[in-house]
Amino acid sequence: MDAKVATPTADKIKVAVRNLNFYYGNFHALKNINLDIPEKKVTAFIGPSGCGKSTLLRTFNRMFELYPEQRAEGEILLDGDNILTSKEDISLIRARVGMVFQKPTPFPMSIYDNIAFGVKLFENLPRVEMDERVEWALKKAALWNEVKDKLDKSGSGLSGGQQQRLCIARGIAIKPEVLLLDEPCSALDPISTGKIEELIDELKSDYTVVIVTHNMQQAARSSDYTAYMYLGDLIEFGPTSDIFMKPRKKETEDYITGRFG
Amino acid sequence: MDKHLSSQFDVELSGISTRVLEMGGMVESQVAQAMLALTQFSEEIAVQVIRTEERVNQMEMEIDRDLSTIIARRQPTARDLRLLIAISKTIGNLERVGDEAARIARTVRGLVQTGVLGRLRFPVSDVSIEASLATASLRKALDAFARLDVNQALEVIRQDDEIDREFDGLLRKLITYMMEDPRTISVSIDLVFVAKAIERVGDHAKNLAEQIIYIVKGMDVRHNTPDAVADMVR
Repeated sequence: MDAKVATPTADKIKVAVRNLNFYYGNFHALKNINLDIPEKKVTAFIGPSGCGKSTLLRTFNRMFELYPEQRAEGEILLDGDNILTSKEDISLIRARVGMVFQKPTPFPMSIYDNIAFGVKLFENLPRVEMDERVEWALKKAALWNEVKDKLDKSGSGLSGGQQQRLCIARGIAIKPEVLLLDEPCSALDPISTGKIEELIDELKSDYTVVIVTHNMQQAARSSDYTAYMYLGDLIEFGPTSDIFMKPRKKETEDYITGRFG
Repeated sequence: MDKHLSSQFDVELSGISTRVLEMGGMVESQVAQAMLALTQFSEEIAVQVIRTEERVNQMEMEIDRDLSTIIARRQPTARDLRLLIAISKTIGNLERVGDEAARIARTVRGLVQTGVLGRLRFPVSDVSIEASLATASLRKALDAFARLDVNQALEVIRQDDEIDREFDGLLRKLITYMMEDPRTISVSIDLVFVAKAIERVGDHAKNLAEQIIYIVKGMDVRHNTPDAVADMVR
């Protein structure tokens, strides 16, 4: 892809990626990526394994910094501020850009504390308000009815789908602006997947959602915009309906129609 | 087109395309046979055309059923999805071509039974000319479908105007016949319906051509003049 920025839309831009290069040691994993993530929309990254979609997602909250041999060059502008060079505390950035992983990762504590733990790091809420926040997050994540009578029970006792929704509730409890979902449904059955997709649809009224998925039908169902990546390049980015009905690039068409290989 | 990772999917898509062509060939020969029945005053041929309609209808339903199955099982996207949507519309058009052929055949059967056609002179050869234009268009559209040839589809779209002009000319001619000799009115009206049925065959060929452009280019070019379509495709 040329250096031109892929802007699919007239929507307001929440995250702007500029000339982003990413390296795992010597391996050049993202090659000069330029794209704009629209605010309060769902943007999906698709592409075969190793194309860089999860890598790209993890630059949005500098998650890669946990590993010393990984580095990013370029700019990731969150509301115009480059988070890669920001002097802001990293945990504050991650509070603005939340993340949910492929495998549900509940903390080994009660359902209530799973939600409250992150909130306590940033806010000092009286008990009543904390109760309200926990209920709000669990309701947003469509989990409240299933767990309201066992908030003091361990989060790991829930089913996989419930655990994942618990992680999403935990992610939104701190009221981030951007929510990153890295294959949130790959370990879930179709019903739990359906609930999470329903939730993603709800979430976009308040948050900017970016989702990485291997499941193309999931991208087609739940995203507004889709980016197709291949071997570290952004191949095509556009409205999801265009990508799945009439992609501009042959490489995209080959991938989404299953002619890739 | 390149092959899918799933070769079975390729087999399914090419299989359904082949059957669309088969159905197209069937209705094309139905129209030609209906015209033969008219020019030869043959009740026997007319009856055959009417019988074939049943098989065409059957075929439409079978292809429709297979389309649903492929969509449900494969969740096609992009070009594959456009192909299947286009096929769904194409077979609807082909089935109507079959209806038009049967309509012509029924009219011919009636005319032969009354015996009027042989006694008076009518512009039957003009009807044949219009019909050969329409069947040629249909054949060309099917050929363009087989090869996904946009240029050929454009030619079909252009030819429809020619068929329409032919129909208008024929209509004027038949009106003259009716005015000159009132005994010809009844048969002339029948021939107007035949000519109109043929004109509809041309319209269906054009619809097919528009679907081919949709498959290849992903553009909806319906309800545009031939020149506008050519511009859009370029």
